Amino acid sequence: MPLSDAAVASLRALADWPDTSDSKYDILERIGRGGMGSVYLAHDRALDRRVAIKVVSLPEPPAGTGLAGERLTREARILAGLEHPGLVPVHDVGVLTDGRPYYVMKWIRGTRLDAYLQSPRTEAARLRIFARICDAIAFAHQAGVIHRDLTPANIMVGAFGEVLVLDWGLARIRLDRSGVSPVTTQPGTVMGTAGFMAPELAAGRSDASDERTDVYALGGLLEVLTQPPRGQFTPRPLAAIIAKARAASPADRYPAVEALASDVERYGAGDPVAAYREGPLEWASRHATRHQTAIVLVAVYIVIRVILLAFR
Amino acid sequence: MSKPVFGLILGGILGIFDGLSALVSAPEVAPQIVGIVIGSTFKGLITGVLIGYFARKVHSLPLGLLFGLVVGAVLAYGVVALQIAQGGKAYYLPIMLPGSVLGLIVGYATQRHNEHASEVADSR
Ligand SMILES: Nc1ncnc2c1ncn2[C@@H]1O[C@H](COP(=O)(O)OP(=O)(O)OP(=O)(O)O)[C@@H](O)[C@H]1O
Repeated sequence: MPLSDAAVASLRALADWPDTSDSKYDILERIGRGGMGSVYLAHDRALDRRVAIKVVSLPEPPAGTGLAGERLTREARILAGLEHPGLVPVHDVGVLTDGRPYYVMKWIRGTRLDAYLQSPRTEAARLRIFARICDAIAFAHQAGVIHRDLTPANIMVGAFGEVLVLDWGLARIRLDRSGVSPVTTQPGTVMGTAGFMAPELAAGRSDASDERTDVYALGGLLEVLTQPPRGQFTPRPLAAIIAKARAASPADRYPAVEALASDVERYGAGDPVAAYREGPLEWASRHATRHQTAIVLVAVYIVIRVILLAFR
Repeated sequence: MSKPVFGLILGGILGIFDGLSALVSAPEVAPQIVGIVIGSTFKGLITGVLIGYFARKVHSLPLGLLFGLVVGAVLAYGVVALQIAQGGKAYYLPIMLPGSVLGLIVGYATQRHNEHASEVADSR
């Protein structure tokens, strides 16, 4: 008798369910699933707290010798080396009884960015989130780590507005200060997520990836974050920032995340942006919006003068 | 530039224009225009420095506007009182109304001036 798809799926899930019986963690439920593994909510008996555990999916050769296992361990070591409020702290690494490696990290109470954006948010709130993502990525870049797979599914917005960048499984280490092995992807391997993947990655030239590869993905995130409501359009300076970040050739993009972030900040503050040359009318309307109150006050003064003149 | 200095300069400039506007509103005062401009400039300087000083101490747009309005009105009232004392006619509305709005303008501008820098400098 053939098994139904549902039955196969549940058998799979059962086999995949991590056996942590010889560790101090009790797996509670699965909270996420990605290409390389699953993330579970677990209870840490020793410290009596909730944690998140990322485990490589089966089938996986024992003792973490497989590519996915290697990558997971590498991800844990990269994350452990980067301490920043925008990056998940790693608490522990280990190996399951069936030989699959796992790592334990802080459990983030929040929503994924794609889900977060389902509810209406102000532009200021969206730009704030973007600035926080940039902070975390700029920090990683300074430590010589390129993320290479920034997508809305890899960003969590916490309950207190904190923003965390997840999934460093595809990260590339530029300057090796950490002792973590450098590039592990084979040239020619296509990795990342379409739509956010820079052309140099899509072409399989992963060795050509640098800070500007993340700038490209950040441009995609900015576009998603600032999607205008139906019937409206993206303001030109913002569209120009997005276009510059997502330029096909890395040389045409912002050279670093900081440059992109400060252009977006300027846009948010109503200042002129580097990516866009505005016309005189746009200049006037930007200033008019910005100095609205002052203009109204001066107009009131003039109107009062004119009225007084009329009723002399 | 500190907020009091900014207020002083803005108040002075607005004072000059306010005085010159008498040429349009009351052309018959043309012979006394120099005295009028000096007087209104002086009033503008005092308004500006008072409101600028206030803006340095109190960081609040509504309070800044209110303080500007009151200072503008009180000083304009002073001008009216001075005119009455010199035996002139009492132009309450034509002097106090624009004076109050000028106070509002200075109040707004001094609150907004150096908004970010002042937080750092003044919190020391
Ligand atoms: N620390 C955490 N706290 C809460 N939820 C988490 C945590 N880490 C991951 N998740 C959830 O699990 C999902 C998968 O995580 P992650 O992206 O790291 O896995 P992946 O297998 O590498 O995925 P991908 O296919 O994107 O490479 C995330 O989208 C997120 O919803």
